[in-house]
Amino acid sequence: MFDYDTLRVIWWALIGVLLAAFAIMDGFDFGVAALLRVLGRDEHERHVLLQTIEPTWEGNQVWFILGGGAVFAAWPLLYAASFSGLYVAMFVLLLAFIIRPVGFNFREKVEDTRWTRAWDYALVASGVIVMTVCGVAFGNLFLGLPFHYDADLRMAWDGGFFDLFHPFALLCGLVSLSMLLAHGAAWVSLKADERIAARAANLARVFSLVYLVLFVGAGIWLAYGMPGYAVAGPVVTDGISNPLAKQVAVGASWFAGYMERPYFWAAPVVAFAGALGVQLFVARQGFLGFFSSCLSVAGTIAAAGFALFPFLMPSSVDPRSSLTVWDASSSQGTLFLMMCLVVVFLPIILLYTTWVFRIMRGRVSLEQVRKSHHMY
Amino acid sequence: MIVDPEVVGLSRLQFALTALYHFLFVPLTLGMAFMLAIMESVYVMTRREVWKRMTQFWGVLFGINSAMGVATGVTMEFQFGTNWAYYSHYVGDIFGAPLAIEGMMAFFLESTLVGVFFFGWERTTPLKHLIATWFMALGTSLSALWILIANGWMQNPVGAAFNAETMRMEVTKFSDVIFNPVAQAKFVHTVSAGYTMGAMFVMSISAWYLLRGRNIDFAKRSMTVAASFGLAASLSVVVLGDESGYTVSENQKMKMAAIEAMWETEPAPASFTLVGFPDVAKRETHAAIRVPWLMGLIGTRSIDEPILGIDALVKDATVRIGNGIKAYDAMLVLREDKNDAQARMLLAAHDKDMGYALLLKRFMDDPRKATPADIERAAESTIPNVPVLFWSFRLMVACGLWFIGLFAYAFWRASKRRLEGRTFLRLALWSLPLPWVAAELGWIVAEYGRQPWAIEGVLPTALGASSLAPGQVWLSIGGFVLFYTALAAVDGYLMVKFARKGPDGLGMWPPAPEPLPATAQAA
Ligand code: HDD
Ligand code: HEM
Ligand code: HEM
Repeated sequence: MFDYDTLRVIWWALIGVLLAAFAIMDGFDFGVAALLRVLGRDEHERHVLLQTIEPTWEGNQVWFILGGGAVFAAWPLLYAASFSGLYVAMFVLLLAFIIRPVGFNFREKVEDTRWTRAWDYALVASGVIVMTVCGVAFGNLFLGLPFHYDADLRMAWDGGFFDLFHPFALLCGLVSLSMLLAHGAAWVSLKADERIAARAANLARVFSLVYLVLFVGAGIWLAYGMPGYAVAGPVVTDGISNPLAKQVAVGASWFAGYMERPYFWAAPVVAFAGALGVQLFVARQGFLGFFSSCLSVAGTIAAAGFALFPFLMPSSVDPRSSLTVWDASSSQGTLFLMMCLVVVFLPIILLYTTWVFRIMRGRVSLEQVRKSHHMY
Repeated sequence: MIVDPEVVGLSRLQFALTALYHFLFVPLTLGMAFMLAIMESVYVMTRREVWKRMTQFWGVLFGINSAMGVATGVTMEFQFGTNWAYYSHYVGDIFGAPLAIEGMMAFFLESTLVGVFFFGWERTTPLKHLIATWFMALGTSLSALWILIANGWMQNPVGAAFNAETMRMEVTKFSDVIFNPVAQAKFVHTVSAGYTMGAMFVMSISAWYLLRGRNIDFAKRSMTVAASFGLAASLSVVVLGDESGYTVSENQKMKMAAIEAMWETEPAPASFTLVGFPDVAKRETHAAIRVPWLMGLIGTRSIDEPILGIDALVKDATVRIGNGIKAYDAMLVLREDKNDAQARMLLAAHDKDMGYALLLKRFMDDPRKATPADIERAAESTIPNVPVLFWSFRLMVACGLWFIGLFAYAFWRASKRRLEGRTFLRLALWSLPLPWVAAELGWIVAEYGRQPWAIEGVLPTALGASSLAPGQVWLSIGGFVLFYTALAAVDGYLMVKFARKGPDGLGMWPPAPEPLPATAQAA
């Protein structure tokens, strides 16, 4: 069997992969939904936009659900602390997720413009909410969250909902929003009728430029304006999963990890290159443009994860209670078993997902949508 | 720290509401997915247009329903973390795994292939489309398997042990968790319930078309499929329900005694109370009609083992609470000094009863300070709500027996090609809501009957809740109720609208007449 600390690092990476997969795969669905009324000027155009994502959004959403399940199985303390602590934010996020499946399915079931318009705005709202809330939540990790544990490891939360709106967290929300709007627009420029695709490409370039500026801004703020966390004293990497067994010091730099392990810089560089790629390719080489956008999404998430490492969820009121990779995991046996299952199932999932994207390939044209409307 | 009882109550209410709501859609998805796969198989084998149209029309209703299933399932996945944080910490090492496996093995399969089902008709060959449909159906049943393994573990927590250092349960043998007999019994019973529901849905709506004289050919064929599938499914619901009953009486004696409203231990073989009026205050059941021997046979599959009554089980709980306090004490000693050999021995001897000491946490911070009166009170709290369980169970069983009768009759009529009788068609139509009634009652028996435990014998429900403020849970309950009610109205409206339109109204049936062959024209 693998060592406990190796398994923990593997699971830390796997959660990152799931998060990136969710942001890449479902991110464009959210982006397209949010841009529905901007890019789609009339009902036919909106049909085209929706049909670029309708056959596949449901499978994409499972990356999010699996993310939840995998955090539960591998990092139960994180699952418990983050979702109960961020209760109201989580509730809002869930509502946004609930409205989406029914929105896609019900929208075209009644022929009435008020009905369709209402569902359109529900889809737009769900897209904007999910993209922003996820970013704000991520931003709050760098600020530390107000929680502590008692000796029974019952967590108590010492803050309120509105504490989450720190300007830095809001900035991270905007980074996420602009990044995924660009991503959605890049998808449209790849998949939709050429007339819509040209408009989408322009939008993608604008959003990805905004994203780039905000991303660099957040990085500078993090480096110069935000105290980092560090485990104090000897770091036990294969110890028991009890956060209270360590000490934590506040005041280091969030970039300490980058200084120690220079290869971490690859992540922000990839994010950067991706955004530049969008500028260069999105208008003429749709596939390269979209692929660049995927890189910028993955790079951004990896960059944030590296900065936090080894922290998963720092505590601002009782730093000792912070959850780290070394003390918030499930047992060695569970981590090992789950890793084996991932090794078996991930390739199978990728296989049939690829098959489905392949049979759905090609642009959705206006003519096609005018001719036959699909019953779903 | 004692969790605010208001938060516990509200969290239970919210979980019950959202889970029961999710389960309005889930079993129909389970059943319809298989019926679609069967209909499409006939199409691929015979290439007769009517079977393709059947698959597509019932597919529209399936789509409306499963959108609701997915929407409400997302809530469930995250609710353990939001409202049951201590629960998630305490058993996440075991409980999280089946949820994650469900995502990898089942949700991906069904959610990815559902796109092919709806959008792939012209984009791939009929055979490949059919294979995708079968895998989609398989995905729904696999999802039931894994979630019921998780739920089965809550009823019968095998393959795990308490770890004092991490203050939680950890896996000792994963194969025990997977091959948990309770989970297996629950899985087969629950998916059969879903298949029964799917069959009833198709049969009832087809009956309505026949009553109206619409879509005759289409409806008759649908009804034949539904009658055969439904007969098999309802037989298996009942036979496997009996299996569930057997596993319950093995592992959850208190739940069984409550279902039977059996206050005192009866000499073996126990009689089965057909109906009666359980009186909680007096601890007896009035006007009971009893069938001798039957209960003993169902519960123990023997005639000489007694089934314990509620009073005896409460006494048993008192003893276990006493032992549990010893384990709790030893755990606190170990927290200070993890090498204390005597404490380690004590904990090992009694850790199976530790959960019983935690029952006291509802009333006090430190179970070691409990008086005999407190222990008595905690032991009494292990009795679930007897009348609710008693009646829910009997209604579910009555529905099950009715389904067998109805489907058997339908099957007989279908084989004689005499599906028209108006009384029969009306019965089939009006039975439509019954599978929902039975399935929701089934969950009430299973889950409400498990109270006060979240994990039977291990973690009391009251302890599992998150430390939230009541206002937060009020907000989310209010939001869910509003949101879910609105969605239910829309869903109901669309279901009725599309069922009424029917394959004829949607232009799916009858297919456009084929151009007559030249010879016929000439003649
Ligand atoms: C017996 C079956 C059964 C039971 C007891 C549950 N579910 Fe469920 N669930 C299904 C059977 C199912 C399904 C049939 O597979 C659904 C319904 C519609 C669908 O597409 O899949 C589904 C959907 C569904 C989804 C959306 C999946 C997707 O996008 O495809 C999630 C996240 C959950 N469920 C999670 C849960 C959780 C956490 C439960 C426990 C509390 C739960 N379900 C109980
Ligand atoms: C979808 C089908 C399900 C239904 C209809 C259902 C029904 C219920 C009901 C009625 C309650 C309330 C009991 C009470 O608090 O008095 C409850 C509680 C609960 N159930 Fe289920 N249940 C379902 C599936 C599950 C599954 C599959 C799990 C585990 C994976 C589960 C875990 C729980 C938990 C954690 C609680 C809250 C704690 C408790 O009250 O015991 N439920 N459920
Ligand atoms: C003679 C008929 C039946 C018998 C003997 C029976 C027996 C049982 C028992 C003992 C349980 C509780 C299991 C537990 O607490 O863990 C249960 C639960 C349940 N029943 Fe039934 N049942 C019958 C018919 C039905 C029918 C007709 C349906 C629905 C169509 C149904 C749906 C359910 C569901 C959804 C559950 C909860 C899941 C589970 O615990 O398996 N049952 N049933």
